[in-house]
Amino acid sequence: MHEWNFLAVLNDADLLLLGLVNTLKVTALALLFGVPLGLALALSRLSTFRPLSAVAAFIIEFFRTTPPLVQLFWFFFALPILIDVRMTPFIAAIVTFSIQSSAFFAEVFRGGILSIDKGQWEGAKAIGMSFSQSLRRIILPQAVKRMIPAFMERSIELLKTTTLVSTVAYTDLMFQANDLAQKTFRPLEVYTIVALIYFVMIFAFSQASIAVEHRLAKSGEGTLR
Amino acid sequence: MNQANTEIVKVENLHKSFGDLDVLRGIDMTVRGGETVVLLGSSGSGKSTLLRCINFMEMPSEGRVYLHGEAVGKERNGKIRYSERDLCALRTRIGMVFQHFNLFPHMTVLQNVMEGQVTVLKRGKSEAAETARRQLDRVGLAEKAEEYPARLSGGQKQRVAIARALAMDPDVMLFDEVTSALDPELVGEVLKTMRQLAEEGMTMIVVTHELGFAYHVANRVLFLNEGAILEQGAPHDVLKNPESTRMREFLEGHSLFKLPD
Repeated sequence: MHEWNFLAVLNDADLLLLGLVNTLKVTALALLFGVPLGLALALSRLSTFRPLSAVAAFIIEFFRTTPPLVQLFWFFFALPILIDVRMTPFIAAIVTFSIQSSAFFAEVFRGGILSIDKGQWEGAKAIGMSFSQSLRRIILPQAVKRMIPAFMERSIELLKTTTLVSTVAYTDLMFQANDLAQKTFRPLEVYTIVALIYFVMIFAFSQASIAVEHRLAKSGEGTLR
Repeated sequence: MNQANTEIVKVENLHKSFGDLDVLRGIDMTVRGGETVVLLGSSGSGKSTLLRCINFMEMPSEGRVYLHGEAVGKERNGKIRYSERDLCALRTRIGMVFQHFNLFPHMTVLQNVMEGQVTVLKRGKSEAAETARRQLDRVGLAEKAEEYPARLSGGQKQRVAIARALAMDPDVMLFDEVTSALDPELVGEVLKTMRQLAEEGMTMIVVTHELGFAYHVANRVLFLNEGAILEQGAPHDVLKNPESTRMREFLEGHSLFKLPD
């Protein structure tokens, strides 16, 4: 029977805390770059200008179909051979997860924009609005509301996927946990705590997302019936 | 609106095809200030397409559109080019009302009517709100200003859509089958609003199946058939004494409509 001893782990809680901060940092930055990039990719893919649409479609499909770990290794180990850049684990993580999540966000944006009735574009056009005015004032405000559930789900997925950055020695929560497990010889306690941290964070976030979804459903704008 | 009898819209040799399908085959039409022109025709005759070419919701394949005698688009190397900017500016001067209202559901009625004024015409918020309330009052919906469109009846939605177009102070209003999606008992209130606009001297081009409206309100009726104008003239001439068999058949098809003697 295993004798549980969380004290050994909790003594080094600051290690895990640093890891948690770094995990959140990578996730937040990937969202910060990934969401606008996703919108740009979605608009490009929706463009009637064929070459632009084709390039966007390729980028989106490529990053949706290749494993994120392969992408991370490619940016970290392979890209510096091609071009003269020094990749730190941090930069590689941000680049990978910004682009990777942007591919998914692009599809969320595209679905949201396409779900808006064509008449909305026409109504906007008829009062003299330009494409960008229509998009900003009429289409996106409606589309974004419908996108919130899918958007939150993707964000949760992103938070979980960032554990991969520990493989290129970025000091995220997972990396710190590995470190601590070796140091304390208490992998069971360490990984239990780490699992709990992820659980609490993501569970709270997904509960919030369900609450938002219900509120949207009530106002008749959501995807739930 | 004090431009009675001056030419507002002119359409010259207008053609529109979708792929192999020629929907419009050379339309010539002039609409003068204060006139109400009704376009009639069976479905597929091209009447809606003609209307949508006037404010470039559809791009004409050939021919020119003039607003106040000024040609839209610039001719270069034998082709007519339209800049997005010019078309947006043009559309602020041509109001359009749709079959399915196309109100913005995330905005209140007042915001719907303010939107074009603020975003496109760059009017100040208070001026836009004042204009919006005036136009809502004009269509009899002043008390609905703070409601969302979802809480309005179809007839009310359509009147808000009319107010939204009017708020831009357009030179001409286009109505594209605006009563076709309404419950029969709601048609009257929309037609009444349109009639009132016509009487106030608004220049209007109306695509409709409401022959009663054409008869009582229009100054001129155009009958389209297979993308061309087959007959036109004053409603009591065209509707009572159609020259062509095609038009006679069309009128007989609207068997519910009985012309007053």
